[in-house]
Parts: sequence; structure tokens; C-alpha cells
Amino acid sequence: MTSLDEPGAAAGPRTGPPRRRRVGTGGRGRVPLPLLLPGLVALAFLLLPLLALLVRAPWGSLPDQLSSTEVWQALQLSLVTATAATAVSLVLGVPLAWLLARTDFPGRGFLRALVTLPLVLPPVVGGVALLLALGRNGVIGKFLDSWFGITLPFTTTGVVIAEAFVAMPFLVISVEGTLRAADPRFEEAATTLGASRFTAFRRVTLPLIAPGVAAGSVLAWARALGEFGATITFAGNFPGRTQTMPLAVYLALQNDPDAAISLSLVLLAVSIAVLAGLRDRWMTGA
Amino acid sequence: MTDIDAPRTDLRKAGDEGLDAHLVVDRGSFRLDVTLTAAPGDVVALLGPNGAGKTTALRALAGLAPLTDGHLRLDGTALERTPPESRPVGVVFQDYLLFPHLSALENVAFGPRCQGVPKAEARTQAAAWLDRMGLAAHAGAKPRRLSGGQAQRVALARALATRPRLLLLDEPLAALDARTRLDVRAQLRRHLAEFEAVAVLVTHDPLDAMVLADRLVVIEHGQVVQEGTPADIARRPRTDYIAHLVGLNLYRGQAQGHTVRLDTGPAITITEDLTGPVFVAFPPSAVTLFRDRPTGASARNLWRCEVTGLETHGDQIRAALGGELPLAADLTTVAAAELELSPGAAVWATVKATQTHAYPA
Repeated sequence: MTSLDEPGAAAGPRTGPPRRRRVGTGGRGRVPLPLLLPGLVALAFLLLPLLALLVRAPWGSLPDQLSSTEVWQALQLSLVTATAATAVSLVLGVPLAWLLARTDFPGRGFLRALVTLPLVLPPVVGGVALLLALGRNGVIGKFLDSWFGITLPFTTTGVVIAEAFVAMPFLVISVEGTLRAADPRFEEAATTLGASRFTAFRRVTLPLIAPGVAAGSVLAWARALGEFGATITFAGNFPGRTQTMPLAVYLALQNDPDAAISLSLVLLAVSIAVLAGLRDRWMTGA
Repeated sequence: MTDIDAPRTDLRKAGDEGLDAHLVVDRGSFRLDVTLTAAPGDVVALLGPNGAGKTTALRALAGLAPLTDGHLRLDGTALERTPPESRPVGVVFQDYLLFPHLSALENVAFGPRCQGVPKAEARTQAAAWLDRMGLAAHAGAKPRRLSGGQAQRVALARALATRPRLLLLDEPLAALDARTRLDVRAQLRRHLAEFEAVAVLVTHDPLDAMVLADRLVVIEHGQVVQEGTPADIARRPRTDYIAHLVGLNLYRGQAQGHTVRLDTGPAITITEDLTGPVFVAFPPSAVTLFRDRPTGASARNLWRCEVTGLETHGDQIRAALGGELPLAADLTTVAAAELELSPGAAVWATVKATQTHAYPA
């Protein structure tokens, strides 16, 4: 791995002094400063806040902080609602991904764009939209309330709905991409063997796209766990009922910064665990 | 499955056994329009160049491509509106499409399972099929651990395990290397001979078609251009494509007695006494080349040509000739050297009338 490996190195006159300097830099040439410096700044920018979190953590009182009922309540609620939102996303999102990937209908591209909209939509806007749709006076909520007596806003179910609204697109996009990459002729082969299209999906396609579904679920789950804007807008901030970890962190920061740091550490640990779970897919990917 | 199968049996009439299909598939610029009939036990090969519509025909038979027009009857039952999963049709796909997450045994058991056979029974049946294919030892193997030839047999077992009344094979040997191909072709021939219903295979390889099939249907541009037994087609090709496949020089012209005046100008003397539009065919080995105009009177078919290409063909040299009459000629390496053949060289080509074969167009 010297400059001799490089094309043009053997071309005599052109391998002048500037090229020779590359010897000893790992064969890839010197890293240009205009890329190196900003890159290092970016790295510091991304890592320093996390480092600060670790430095300022009240390690001594951490066990006490974490054993408080409110923390446990928030953590438990977060885990339950994020898992429920992921389940909702799976049950509804995988079929939607299949429809987007495997059927052809007018406006499919437009619909696909709409599905991804919550990905870029500010979550607060999502929360407002959910209120307008499912609130007590909402377009649909009105009927839910008067016909069935069901109220969704400011309930734990509301938290799940807000999280699913924000997280499902991650799953849909991930699964749809995997479906597009999977060979649809396996489904055809299954139908020639007597499988209905649904059986073909269940017994052939689903096992084939399982890695994509798993990755999409983890993404959706992580997104649901961190969801703040839509949740606080649509479900409010009631401890034990709708106060998830991110909400608790934000609230604690106002009156008990140490508690906020402890809660943040827990979320950081969860995030790292998620990354570790995905490392085969993304962290080693090049 | 049972309630779909039942009316089929009721509708079946004597003499209706086998395949009776008129497949019309319109896809914008391409139109497939072929008629295909076969009796149980027949092996029919759809032969044609790439893009001729062979695979489209196969997909139409399987129900994977909808018919624009025409009909499809199998053992007397109309199938054109039946979805693929309800057709008694088995398919061996070109690259087999074995389900990668299932073992060989589970792949073969998949069809019976879908037909409602209980799991244990389906696995027993699948094991029996694998045994017939000589694959009992590989029942537990995932497809990626199988060789090309083994995968092909698993795919065949999987298709046969649904007990189809029509077996479709899409380029069954194309994915195999030359050495495996010979073995697998022989095995496939044996399995097809044992198969009691109709088998239709698609191939662009004339050798596969002639070894495996009882009858060839040659398709070009979505149309049937010729059909018949392999021997018949090899002897009397009707298009340039088939002539090229079977290695014959083929011309079309108007016959008057023993002379055929080609549409392009030159004439060929033949032994048959014919009138009207005819084909004339002769093998490249029947052509003799001379550097100088031969003086003998025996060869009345004499044309002035120019060498346009040379290639080795087995232990022979095949010369492509242009000029008055474009043709292919085979000669020994020694003869080619003595004639000092090279592209651009001018030669005289003769063919004895007794070595030509003429038949009505």
C-alpha cells in the first residue's frame, strides 16, 4: 500500500515530488485539511454533549434517583407505549408496505410520499393534527365520543397513537425497501404451488423480509421511545398516565436537574442498546 | 382446493384430455398469439429466440400473465379465469426459485400443504418425491447448500408434488454448467417420460428441445412459425432462425420442375420435381469451394462468392460466404489452408443437386 499501488504512479514524469509525499500515509493520500478540520469539529459537536451528560451525572445519588416511583412510572410507561406503538406499526404498517411495494394503482407514488410525510413533519404539528382528527371535537373523535364514549386525547392510548403516528413511517419505509429488494417471483412460485396470495405472503415473503421488518421495528421503537412533541400535544403530560420519559426529562429539568440527568442517562443507555442491536445492519455497513 | 377441483372432474369429457390452448397476450408493442395442443404424456418444447414470447406463453399457461384473448382448457376444464393457485399446473422456474428459508423437504412439502394435506402426510409425500429424485440424503439441506443439478431436481420434485395436470419448465437447463447439464438433461428426460400428464418446456437451446421433447413448437415474434417432431423440423426448417439452429442453409423461392428461382435472384437445381413456392435446404458440408472456376459439368449449382468470415466448428472450418448466394460452408482445416481462405477472398461454391432437399413452402 504505497504510492506505487496507485494508477499513474508508474507513469514516470508525472510521479513528481507531490505524489511521493503520499508514501507512508496508508496509501490513501494525505487527508485534506478543509475536510479534516470540519470533520473533527462535527465529531466533537456530536460527542461532547453526551460526554457532558456522563461528566455531570450525579453518579452518587443515581440509585436513589432511579428508584423513585416517578422515574419508574415514566420508564415503564415509555417502554409499554413504545412497544405498543411498535406493535400497532407492525400490524398496520407491514400490510401498508406490502401494498405500496407489490400492487400498482394510480397515485401510488403520491400516496407513498404522503406516508413518509410524518417523517419530516414537526411532531408538534402531528400532535395538533391528531387532536383535530381524534380530539373530542375532532373529525373522527366526535363520533368516537358520542357513539362509543371513547376519548383518546390525554390518555395512555393517546400516547400510543401519537407515538405510532410518528414511528410507523419508519417501519413502512424500511419494510417497503426490503420488499422491493426481495424477488417478487418467490410469491409467484408459491402461488403456482397452490398458495393464495396471502399464504404466499405469510409463508414465503414474510420470512424472507424478516431482517428488514426487525430493523424497521427497532427504528420505529426507538423513534416512539423518544417521541415528545406529538405526545405532549395530543396526550398531555400526566404522570403515570401520559408522562413518558422524554416528557419527564423535560419537566424535571425545570425543578430537579439531577433527576433530568439521571433520566437522560437511562434513555442514553437504551439508545446505545438499540444501536448495539442494529450493529450488524448499519454500524458495520460501509 | 377441493371445491374448485370438483367441477373440473364433472366437466371432463372423453377425448378432452390434455391441453388445448389459444394464448393471446397483448402488451403494447408485443403480441403473443399461439395455439398449443397436447395429449397427456406429451412433452412439448416451445423453442424460439430471446424475446419471442416463450416465457410469456408459459406465464399465461400458469396464470401469472392474464390472457387478452383466446382460451385455455386442460382436461376439458376452462382455466383462463382461474387464478394460478387454483390451476392444476406445476412450474419449474428457470432459476428454480426454491424458497431459501425452507429446507429441500419443506420446499417440496409446500405444495401439498397448500392443498390442505396435513403436515406429517405432506412431509412423507415430499420425502418420497426427493427419494425418487435421488435426493433423500439432502432432504434437510437449505437450497443454498444444493448444487445446481440438485436444486433443479428439488424444483422438479416441488412442482410434481402438487400432482399437476400440466407441468411447465422454463429453460430447465439454462442455469447449469455444461458438465452438469448433460447428466441433468438425461435425468430430466427420464422424469418427463414417466410424467403422465402434459409437459411444456421453454428453451432456446435446440439440443435440449430435441432431446427432451416429442414435439417442438417454434415461436418467433409471438407467433408459431413451425411445429412438428424434432426430426421433421431438423429436416425441413421453415425459417432462417430454425435453419440456423439445426445448421442448414435455407432458401425460399419459386420451383419450376427441377429448378428453384430464389426470390433474391440466383437459381438452385434440385432433384425433386416441384412447382410453386418452396424451401431449399442443404447442409454446409454439402458445399464444395474452389479458388478457380471448376470446369467439371457435374455441379450445376455454381455460385461466385466472397468469404466474409471463418470460424472453427468442431474439427472443421466453417466459412461464411457472401455474394450471389449467402451460405455457410464446412471444410477441413487442410482444405481451408490449401484454398488460402481469408476474409475477402473470392471463391466458387458448388452444391450437388442430390445433396439439396426441397419442400413446399
